[in-house]
Amino acid sequence: MIDYWPLLGIALVVIGFALRFNPLLVVAVAAIVTGLLGHMSFLKVLATLGHGFNENRYVTIIWIILPVVGLLERYGLQEQARTLIAGIRGATAGRLLIVYLAVRQILSALGLTTVAGHPQTVRPLVAPMVVAAAEKQHGKLDEETTEHVKAMSAATDNVGLFFGEDIFLAIASILLIQGSLASFGIQLTPFQLSVWAIPSAICAFLIHGTRLLLLDRQLGRQK
Amino acid sequence: MINLHWLYVLAGAVFAGFALGSARDETNAKRWGNTLFWALLAVSFWFGDFFGDVGNGMLVLALVAIAGLNLIGRGSKQSTTPEQRQQSADRYGNKLFVPALIIPFTAFVGTMLFNYTPLKGLNLIDPKAVTLVLLGCGVIIALIVSYAWLRPPALAAVDEGSRLMNGVGWAAVLPQMLASLGVIFAAAGVGTTIGAIVGAIIPQGSVLLAVVLYALGMVVFTMIMGNAFAAFPVMAAAIGVPILIQADGGKAAVVGAVGMLSGFCGTLMTPMAANFNIVPAALLELKNQYGVIKVQVATAIPLLIANIIILYVAGFRL
Repeated sequence: MIDYWPLLGIALVVIGFALRFNPLLVVAVAAIVTGLLGHMSFLKVLATLGHGFNENRYVTIIWIILPVVGLLERYGLQEQARTLIAGIRGATAGRLLIVYLAVRQILSALGLTTVAGHPQTVRPLVAPMVVAAAEKQHGKLDEETTEHVKAMSAATDNVGLFFGEDIFLAIASILLIQGSLASFGIQLTPFQLSVWAIPSAICAFLIHGTRLLLLDRQLGRQK
Repeated sequence: MINLHWLYVLAGAVFAGFALGSARDETNAKRWGNTLFWALLAVSFWFGDFFGDVGNGMLVLALVAIAGLNLIGRGSKQSTTPEQRQQSADRYGNKLFVPALIIPFTAFVGTMLFNYTPLKGLNLIDPKAVTLVLLGCGVIIALIVSYAWLRPPALAAVDEGSRLMNGVGWAAVLPQMLASLGVIFAAAGVGTTIGAIVGAIIPQGSVLLAVVLYALGMVVFTMIMGNAFAAFPVMAAAIGVPILIQADGGKAAVVGAVGMLSGFCGTLMTPMAANFNIVPAALLELKNQYGVIKVQVATAIPLLIANIIILYVAGFRL
């Protein structure tokens, strides 16, 4: 007999996110409800939550980069990123992001996943450059367009990372696939697996690249 | 050997700095809420290992209470005006990129040194922590270079770092919270339940349908859990191995690799993958906290279809 009750926690997360309650609150409530429905005592739920939080502190380390980024912004980093792009003829938002997509995919495929990222590169460099290029194409951007262009910068970083990293042999997800299949007696090398990440990586580049070209056409048309 | 604990000491110091910077910002009406929030995180980084699980659980509840009761705000303090920034940019020019690029450069050179030279054998850095240690080194070098070159006021890095950190706000700990939720989900048996449901609705006889269900299962479960890592072992056990590989004779490498990548399409579409989807929206100061997800859907869905085709053709027809 399958116990379906713990799934209620998932429903709580979906509803809470949809109604835009504070996500930290939603997650905490969902965790406690799921734990209680999974026949854990409140103290046990609290301990599991605390243990999980403590063990996963490394996820939050990335923010140590902010003092550097903030300091450089104080001295005009974003303005300089704009100036640089304004001086490059033929630089468009879409083309810039296509180059960034390719670079991000290749670096990730080489295992250099932390070389770029939202705090490291998107906020201080990529987003201001792309906004500056879009302004060149389009003139002054309205708020909606600025949001769209910035969101595309973040999206391009994600696509480049996700569909590049699995080509690298020693990435966690490849090792996880290898380990999971090995527990069923299926022995594969990381190389056999990572080769099959290449077709998807190419599709990701083509699909997202096409959207970036369309972004350029959109920006040009609204002028 | 340098391990994660060294980094936790550094991270604790930086978060203590964010607490200090928040306290110094009088333009933020809720500054003491921010101060307490970042101070609790500093405490967690420094002393989390001494609190015990229940103690850490209470720390989590305190963080959630501060965020949930809306006790965190952001100030409007501007250290320099846009005009001053433009002047400064004109003065320093492209050299401003140098400190910013020190961090990725350190990561790049460090990764090369520790993977492909004799340094690898010295065990200077715990292999599990290499990337984060290099990030920490990069940050320290970049800070030293910036201070030596630009000569900002002593607390400038603290104030500017807090300005950005308070812009992100509570979203900064959401990824870590979601990771803890994953631990609870696993302990309560959510994975096995979903695996059993999917396994029960699998159609007989149609390879294509089974492939579609496997890929969609990866997407949906990834969207629920926030990452494909939690979804993969469950979906592999429910459909991937028994149906696709063993019964239908699919290539194991394709089923494994492309199955995981189908899950990544789900990662693009869920707020549960907060560090990729919610955090950047905050970091880029978007009005819509789901703005990044909104633009990713139109890439994720065609890419999912492409992955299903790759799975079917390369796994079963080649």
